[in-house]
Amino acid sequence: MDYINIIFQEVYKILFLLVPVLVSVAMIVWLDRRVWAFVQKRQGPNVVGPFGLLQSLADALKYIFKEIIIPASSNKIIFILAPIITMTLALIAWAVIPFSESQVLANINVGILYIFAVSSLGVYGIIMGGWASNSKYPFLGAIRSAAQMVSYEVSIGIIIINVLLCVGSLNLNDIVIAQKNIWFIIPLFPMFVIFFISALAETNRPPFDLPEAEAELVAGYQTEYSGMMYAMFWLGEYANILLMCALGSILFLGGWLSPIDLYPFNLIPGAIWFIFKILLLFTLFALVKAIVPRYRYDQLMRLGWKIFLPLSLIYVVLTASYLFYFNLLPTI
Amino acid sequence: MMAHAIFFYFFSTIAIISAIMVTVSKNTVHSVFFLILDFISISCLFIMIGAEFLGMIMLIVYVGAVAVLFLFVVMMLNVAQQKNQWFLSSQSSRHIPIGLIISTIIFFELIIVIRGWKYKPELFENIDSTSSFEGVSNTHSLGQILYTDYIHVFQISGMILLVAMIGAIVLTFRQREGVKKQSYIKQISRERSEGVEVLNVETKKGVSVDD
Repeated sequence: MDYINIIFQEVYKILFLLVPVLVSVAMIVWLDRRVWAFVQKRQGPNVVGPFGLLQSLADALKYIFKEIIIPASSNKIIFILAPIITMTLALIAWAVIPFSESQVLANINVGILYIFAVSSLGVYGIIMGGWASNSKYPFLGAIRSAAQMVSYEVSIGIIIINVLLCVGSLNLNDIVIAQKNIWFIIPLFPMFVIFFISALAETNRPPFDLPEAEAELVAGYQTEYSGMMYAMFWLGEYANILLMCALGSILFLGGWLSPIDLYPFNLIPGAIWFIFKILLLFTLFALVKAIVPRYRYDQLMRLGWKIFLPLSLIYVVLTASYLFYFNLLPTI
Repeated sequence: MMAHAIFFYFFSTIAIISAIMVTVSKNTVHSVFFLILDFISISCLFIMIGAEFLGMIMLIVYVGAVAVLFLFVVMMLNVAQQKNQWFLSSQSSRHIPIGLIISTIIFFELIIVIRGWKYKPELFENIDSTSSFEGVSNTHSLGQILYTDYIHVFQISGMILLVAMIGAIVLTFRQREGVKKQSYIKQISRERSEGVEVLNVETKKGVSVDD
């Protein structure tokens, strides 16, 4: 009986986390399209529900009722597995994200490594989808995205090392608490900029959306997908973007800490601040999508390997020597 | 402990089955996917014995980077088709003795390793997700050992990896003639006077523009 009780409690906790994440993914798609429209002096989705808030819901309904077409020459098992893997990986990473000091599903010691590992697994959904479709455009898109995600992971990893040098722990809650005096965005501002751009590339967002560049590859790895399977790719992508925003706000914007540690701001719960910071970062993501034109592929690779990697490595040396010289290295 | 045992057998069964499937499955891409499944279940086993750092690094390095390259190569080469032709040809039988010798050596090596391995039941006691040794987490203690006692070995292995990387780049790097390269410095520093030229076009004669 005890086991069953524990399992039910855990399932309840997981649902309490997953349902808001899924709903906010739907809302964030709406926000993305609205911001995109406003930059281009359009209205965007504004018909379904108040301000068009229910547009994503209507879209999801449409996807559910569409027929799922599986190409005859595709590798069927892997073809079906690919969107499932993308979606699952995008959701399981949320397990370690702390919404406040106590509101975290799994407070594990190696939280940041866990997120990094899960986001590096995300490339498999894309490769599998591209390969299993057994057609040229998806395959080209998959190859592009694999190369892109592997190269930008390297710079994200080194940026994370920068933060970890200042914290001395891999636990996400410790990283947030270490920013009590000063958010890491101030001492590590160049790293924040590089992290932001690398996160754009890691999640295949414009201007780095080369895996699905519609002008060259139709829709890249998603070309052969339809109905709910396409919607799962789409939801997984946005959940990943949201995750990257959450990671950025934990690493650089102080997570659930309030910006000013004074009386009226203290009362607002940490989760609200955290969500506010995620939304701020996401609005930046959406603005970049609207403003910046797409990169050429060789420029993308050059940016990743020849500019971001050396810069972040130099910054690791700088941070480490600064902390060592002024005796600020964190103790265990 | 009961749940622990169930999870252990679950992951180890998956690890063994997928390891067998890597060698058995006919499609090479499927073997790589099974290899990835194997890596993942082994990293789960690492996490179960409290080696959380090792498990995560295993996921990041092997699954996130190495296996992606594997998959890349296998997909690009389309090995599944080549294998069939190769097996039909008479050349294939020449390589069987060498393969047999290598596999026998590996087999005996494995037997020696397994003979010397002992199951330690006390390893599985007092394990929890935040496993710590005298208040020091697994990551900290690993770092303390790697950067003090084994610093030379650690640095030398890093140097070997660097040399291997440079070697691979040198081996594959070749300068080809007649390839159009775009210089970004040229592209950025282009001025209007270079790009735009105002010509007086005479009627019925036109102008010749060189690209």
